[in-house]
Amino acid sequence: MYVAVKGGERAIDNAHAWLAEERRGDPSVADLTIPQIREQLRLAVNRVMAEGSLYDPDLAALAIKQARGDLIEAVFLIRAYRTTLPRHGVSLPVETAQMAVARRISATFKDAPGGQVLGPTFDYTHRLLDFTLAANGEAPVAPRAPAAPGMVPHITSFLNRDGMIEDAPRDDTLPPDLTREPMELPASRATRLQAIARGDEGFILSLAYSTQRGYGRTHAFVGELRIGMVAVEMEVPELGFAICIGEIEVTECETVNQFKGSRTEPPQFTRGYGLTFGQNERKSIAMSLVDRALRWKELGEDFTGAPAQDEEFVLMHADNVQATGFLEHIKLPHYVDFQSELELVRKLRAEVEASAMREAAE
Amino acid sequence: MTDQAYNFAYLDEQTKRMIRRAILKGVAVPGYQVPFASREMPMPYGWGTGGVQVTAACLTPEDVLKVIDQGADDTTNAVSIRKFFQRTAGVATTEATAEATVIQTRHRIPEAPLTEDQILVYQVPIPEPLRFLEPRETETRKMHSLEEYGLMHVKLYEDIARHGHIATAYAYPVKVEGRYVMDPSPIPRFDNPKLSGSPALQLFGAGREQRIYALPPYSRAVSLDFEDHPFEASKAPHDCDLCGASDSYLDEVITDDQGGRMFVCSDTDHCRCRRAAGHVGRLGAPVAEGVA
Repeated sequence: MYVAVKGGERAIDNAHAWLAEERRGDPSVADLTIPQIREQLRLAVNRVMAEGSLYDPDLAALAIKQARGDLIEAVFLIRAYRTTLPRHGVSLPVETAQMAVARRISATFKDAPGGQVLGPTFDYTHRLLDFTLAANGEAPVAPRAPAAPGMVPHITSFLNRDGMIEDAPRDDTLPPDLTREPMELPASRATRLQAIARGDEGFILSLAYSTQRGYGRTHAFVGELRIGMVAVEMEVPELGFAICIGEIEVTECETVNQFKGSRTEPPQFTRGYGLTFGQNERKSIAMSLVDRALRWKELGEDFTGAPAQDEEFVLMHADNVQATGFLEHIKLPHYVDFQSELELVRKLRAEVEASAMREAAE
Repeated sequence: MTDQAYNFAYLDEQTKRMIRRAILKGVAVPGYQVPFASREMPMPYGWGTGGVQVTAACLTPEDVLKVIDQGADDTTNAVSIRKFFQRTAGVATTEATAEATVIQTRHRIPEAPLTEDQILVYQVPIPEPLRFLEPRETETRKMHSLEEYGLMHVKLYEDIARHGHIATAYAYPVKVEGRYVMDPSPIPRFDNPKLSGSPALQLFGAGREQRIYALPPYSRAVSLDFEDHPFEASKAPHDCDLCGASDSYLDEVITDDQGGRMFVCSDTDHCRCRRAAGHVGRLGAPVAEGVA
């Protein structure tokens, strides 16, 4: 009887075998392939790459398959793999002004050099279930246009010319690497952005939403949202110059925020910034709102007590691998602690009962 | 059976060096929480990632490892962590406290006295003893550096005023070498006296919170209390039903739906050794019959 109380190796092995079987599901249904997930569940792949901090669509697809579609579990698998990889060096900052844009929109200007490019977006679709997909309907072929040549300048650079928006001078300080150094508070903006980029999409979304509803309001406009491929360049010491080591897809969002000025700053627009791997609009917009909210101190604004303004609150709770781990660990046995609480409560109850008896007798 | 795809004990050597530096700093400043760049491990946060990293940084191929959870070697998470090091480090493992050179634990200190040749590694969920009084890390670090522990004493005093007792049953804070107030991890306060003056090196790893701290051998760890309300180590007022021990920490096991229950040693190795030595509790059978 007593043996059954404690776990054991056999229980773990059997549980793992059952899990593997459940993951596969009905064997008469075809097995999902990694290319299918990579190509057809691309937004899930993007999210796993962004929060897993590893740009590898095939590994992200594998993680999604192994995690049975649980994206936080997939992020965890990717993180646990990433941590074992050697760090060969640091790339140069990606030049998003040189991006080959697939989508580029501005909510602040009707048109601007480079134009508005809608790209593949859900934005103006009607959310009606498409039953032809269930019947294996083939997708129509989209019309083609030649890519626009040349670079697409950032919208904020137009605003910047007449001082209407705060300057964002180039800063080549090497940012800290959160995966190699412990987080220190107060954190630099680079550290904050890094933590938010890895942070849970749902958490960042809700924080950003809360600022829109008045908890740390920053009056944000999407100055520009752009999605496309950028080159990753790295300086190789042996060569003495930078070479392109590959291309990645990123989503960049710059918000333009109203700012009435403070003791130190003149009235002008301010900025929030978001950047994620892959097409991930919700996350990068939310990121830029939270980034802006966290900048209150630097801009001389008031701290209103809003969660999104609270750096420690945001940074310490944004990571879903940490959060889910700690949340779910309460499933682990706690009988030793519970036993000590049990004894304490029994003791306190006994004393309360005894004093009630005394009072009744008096 | 070492997995060749990974370095000895999973972590790469640079990472282990970084962790060892944090451990050395922790040993040099007993009870002080040293920030370290905790790595993502292949088990979830909350499952002992801090302890696993400290163990990985301490292990040598000659070590003999014991892993316990709730005092027991056979709880699922203890089994899982032991398997992890068998696979990635190929070290010998044991369930016998006396044979182990490194013991990783969650929530307990073994009953058997430890020796100078042993390292006890604790898994720590919340390393900050002041956390539930002050949620901000920036504030609590300031409080530690100013040795500002008044808030903690106020909390303990309020417990006494309200309940007549200090109502902290586990993770009972200690003051280390008269300086830092330290969270001993969620061990029952029954175990607190064993923290102080132990010949073994005691290391504490909190992975998610990125902190390592230490109690060097023979350091003093005093459980916080008041002169008129001295600290009391407490346990269930019973003897072990299997081995009859009256001085070990007990788990309560519900045996039926009529209110029946039994009490057994939470330290399974301690219980096994006692039964092997011929001690028999109220419900225990002689060890030859292979009970539990």
